[in-house]
Amino acid sequence: MYNDEAYITGSCVIRNNRVYRNGTLLWEAPQEQELPEFLRAGYDHFAGQYPKFHKMDSLSKLGWLATEVLLKDQPLDYPAERIGLVLANKSASLDTDLRYFDTVKDIASPALFVYTLPNIVMGEISIRHGFKGENAFFTSDAFDAAFMTGYITQLFAEGAMNACICGWVEVMGPVYDVFLYRVEQQGNGEIFNTHNLQRAINIKSL
Amino acid sequence: MENLMAALKAQIVEQLNLQEVKPEDIGDDQPLFKDGLGLDSIDALEIIVLLQQQYGIKIANPEQGPEIFHSVRTIAAFITAHQNK
Amino acid sequence: MHSDVWIAGGGVICGIGNNLSECMTAFKHMEPGMAHMQYLHSVHRHTFPVVEVKASNEMLAGWTGMSAKLSRTALLSRVAAEEAWQSTGLGDIRKFRVGFISANTVGGMDKTEDFFAEYLQDNSAGQLSQVIHHECGAITELVADAMGIRHHISTISTACSSGANALMYGARLIKNNMVDVVIAGGTDALTRFTLNGFNTLMILDQAACRPFDDTRTGLNLGEGAGYVVLVSDALAAEMPAGKTPWCRLSGFANANDAYHQTASSPDGTGNFLAMKGAMDMSGIKPEDVSYINLHGTGTQNNDAAEGSAIARLFEPHYPPVSSTKSFTGHTLGASGGIEAVFSAWAVKEGVIYPNANFTKQMKELPFAPVTAFSSGHQLQHVMSNSFGFGGNCSSLIFSKSAQL
Repeated sequence: MYNDEAYITGSCVIRNNRVYRNGTLLWEAPQEQELPEFLRAGYDHFAGQYPKFHKMDSLSKLGWLATEVLLKDQPLDYPAERIGLVLANKSASLDTDLRYFDTVKDIASPALFVYTLPNIVMGEISIRHGFKGENAFFTSDAFDAAFMTGYITQLFAEGAMNACICGWVEVMGPVYDVFLYRVEQQGNGEIFNTHNLQRAINIKSL
Repeated sequence: MENLMAALKAQIVEQLNLQEVKPEDIGDDQPLFKDGLGLDSIDALEIIVLLQQQYGIKIANPEQGPEIFHSVRTIAAFITAHQNK
Repeated sequence: MHSDVWIAGGGVICGIGNNLSECMTAFKHMEPGMAHMQYLHSVHRHTFPVVEVKASNEMLAGWTGMSAKLSRTALLSRVAAEEAWQSTGLGDIRKFRVGFISANTVGGMDKTEDFFAEYLQDNSAGQLSQVIHHECGAITELVADAMGIRHHISTISTACSSGANALMYGARLIKNNMVDVVIAGGTDALTRFTLNGFNTLMILDQAACRPFDDTRTGLNLGEGAGYVVLVSDALAAEMPAGKTPWCRLSGFANANDAYHQTASSPDGTGNFLAMKGAMDMSGIKPEDVSYINLHGTGTQNNDAAEGSAIARLFEPHYPPVSSTKSFTGHTLGASGGIEAVFSAWAVKEGVIYPNANFTKQMKELPFAPVTAFSSGHQLQHVMSNSFGFGGNCSSLIFSKSAQL
C-alpha cells in the first residue's frame, strides 16, 4: 500500500551571503564577508550550541546550516529510519580534497581527511537530527530537478521512506550555492513535482 | 608543569578548532573525551599530530591514546617523561 | 507491475585476479593478494602492504584500447565492465537501452597527484590535461563513452558503500523500465591520497589484515573494479542459448548510522537497519540467509559494530560469514561492486569464500568466519554488506529463483 503523492513543505536557499526560507529573505550578512566568516555568523544567528560545527568543512557547514533553517521551528515528525537524504552537487568534496592535499606536505590532517568525501555532509545532518533513513549523493554538472523528482518519487513508491531533505549543496573555493527542500508524504505544501521543485527556489525580489 | 599545561590548553583549542572554548576554561584534570570536553576519536588523532608537530613526540599505537589523553595533566606528564629521555 | 531484477552477468578485476575466473582460483588456493607496492609510488612503500592489480597502466590500456594516459580508475573500470557485459552473451550493447551506474571515491586523483608533484616543483610545469578527469563523474563518462553507453549515466560517491548503492540505484532503473540493462558497480585505483589519509586515521595494518579476528589492527588498501549486469524479467527470459541469469537482486536497503563521521556506532545501528531493510524487501527471515559476505574491513571498530549487529539480528541462526577483503584488501568505492559479483556468483555456483588469516575468535561475538573455500552448496539467499564513512550503510541480497 502506498500513496505516491508527496509535498514540498519547505525550502532553504543560501546564496550571495543571504539565507532564504520558503522564498523569503530571512537573514543576510555583508556582501564582502568571506565564506568562513559568513558561515560562522550564520551559525551564531540560526543555531549555536553545537561546537562540532566549527570542525566541519565548508560543504558540511552549508548543508548543516540549510537543514537547520528548514527544521528550526518545524522538525520532521517521522520515525528516524523513515527520513532520508538525497543530495547532489558538482564538485563533490574537491574543495576539501585540495585543502587536505596542502597539509600532506607537512603532517597530513586526520580531521581534514574525514571530510574528503561528499557524503559526509549527510552524515553530519543525520548525526544532528538523528535521521537514519536512506541516503544518496550524486555528482552532476548542474542540478537536475527532473532526475531528483523521479528518484525520490521512486523511494516513496517503494516505501523506502516517508520524508526527506533533498537538493543541491555545492562549494568550490569562495563560490557556493545551496538549495535544500523538505519533502514529505503528509503535510501542507505544493505537490512534489519537477515544476514545483524548480519554482520553490525562486527568490522573491527584495 | 603549570606552564606546559597552559601552553597545551591553548594548542589544543587551536588544533582542534574549539571555537567556543577558552583555554583557561579547560581544567587540568578535566576528562577531555566523552562527557568531559566531548572530544572524539578524530580529535585524538589530531592531538597525536599536535604532539608530533610541537613536541617532536611520535605515538605509533593509537591504543595508547585513551591513557595518555585522559586530561591535560596526563598529556603534560607524558610529554615531560618523553622529552627528558 | 514492477519487474524483478536479475543478475545477467558480472566482471571483476582486483588484486587477486584480472577476471572472475582468476579470482576464484585465488580463493580456492587460499592466495590473498597483499604485497609490497609495485605501481604506486609512496614513502610508505615498505611500511604498508597493499593489494594492487597486478598490471601496469600500459597493460590495462592494451586490454581496453583506451589511452594509458587516462586515470587508472577508468582503466580498471573498463576492464571489469567489459567482462561483465561479455559474460551475458547479449551481443551488441547498442541494441539496448543501457544505463551505466558507477561508483568511485578517488576519481582521477592518481593523475592529479602526478600533476601536483610536477607543479609543486615548478609552477609552469605539469600538464593540465592530467587534472581534467579529477572529478568522480568524469571517470564514469570516459568508460561509458568507450563502451558506447548513452542512455543513462550516473556516478555515485558515498564512500565505501558506493558500489552497493550503485546496484540499488540500477535496480530501481530496471524496476521502473527506464532502461533495459544496467551495468552497476564501482571502481577505485590506489592513490597516495587515500593511503596517506587512512594512515592518518591510524587504521592501516602493517601486516596482512585479519577481519573478524580478535588480533585485528586495521585494513589493507586494495584497488580494482567490479560490475554486475542487471536486467528485467523480459530480457532475462531472452538470454541467448546456454546463458541464464546468475540470480536475482531480491532486496536492498541503505541506512544512516547517525553516530560519527568515520566511526560506526558500538551496536552497529546503521548496519542493523540496512540488513533488516534488505531482508524485509526480499521477504525473508534471518534463518533464510545462506551466507553473508561481510563488510569486514579488519578495523577494530567496523568488525565489532558489524559483528554485534549480526549477532542481534541473526541470533541464534548464524549463517556462514566471511570477508573477502582478507584477499582483495579494501577497494573502497569498488568494494561494493566487487563483492556483489562474488556474492551473486556464490548463489549461482554454490560456493562459500574463505576468510584468510583467521586465528583467534573475537571474544565479544558468538560466531566466527569460515576459513576454507567450499563448493556444492545450495545457497538460497546471499547477503552482501557495504558500510562507509558518513554512516552510510548498505546491504544487498542475491537470491536463487525457481522461476524462468
